Amino acid sequence: MTEGVVLRLEPQEAHLLRLLMEQMLELLGDAPAEDDLTAFGIASSAKTPSDPVLLRLFPDGYSGDDEASGEFRRYTELGLREGKREAARTILETLDEAQEHADGPLLALALDGDRAEAWLRALNDVRLVLGTRLDIDEDWYRQAGKLTPDDPRTPLFAAYELLTMMLEELVDALG
Amino acid sequence: MTSAPAPVELERPDIGEDLRSDRPWITIVWNDPINTMTYVTYVFQKVFGYSKPKAEKLMLDVHHKGRAVVANGSREEMERHVEVLHSYGLWATVKRDD
Repeated sequence: MTEGVVLRLEPQEAHLLRLLMEQMLELLGDAPAEDDLTAFGIASSAKTPSDPVLLRLFPDGYSGDDEASGEFRRYTELGLREGKREAARTILETLDEAQEHADGPLLALALDGDRAEAWLRALNDVRLVLGTRLDIDEDWYRQAGKLTPDDPRTPLFAAYELLTMMLEELVDALG
Repeated sequence: MTSAPAPVELERPDIGEDLRSDRPWITIVWNDPINTMTYVTYVFQKVFGYSKPKAEKLMLDVHHKGRAVVANGSREEMERHVEVLHSYGLWATVKRDD
């Protein structure tokens, strides 16, 4: 299923993607200092995030069972966070490499199976962040057409749409 | 109704959760307005090794019914599935099947 894909990006798309991945890494924060537990990806405690964006990235593992969700979070969140950081870093690395070898403004990104997977996950993570910030729901597309250029949501939605397009292209190539 | 004498209520032993681990647990995926249909289908194929038609059917179940059971088995297996689904950004939870 995962053979490898070539993705072509305009310079401004690559630039936007870079900014978004850097912001994603900031949002995810640094890995905690290593101790006996965190070395195994287990946190001594884990709270349900109050920020809806973080809650969307790291949802509860159980519906309506705070205790089981807390334990699930304690055992999984550090690893999930690291996975999301790695995926965002993979996009930045791919862009760096492509920029080094570029012989024109258009970037051609050759992604092998593993990288394509990381790209998928990182693109979707940022879509989740933007979509949650924009409060996108089933009715969103009815109001999206009415967004004016000076609406602060307009650039966020444009980024969301670009990521959606890239994601669909990748899924199409991999699926 | 029968006129037979009422059965004696036996006190049920309190079976701990761990001893009931043969009872199947399920992985539920919930509908959300952000993940695209093609992406969710892809994730089901990738994570569970389901065929495209099966993955599509499950995705449509999630989409139309608000949620779908995508796997069942031991609690540990279901927790692993949910963790992987969260790594792909899907909204998934573990539940005891009842």
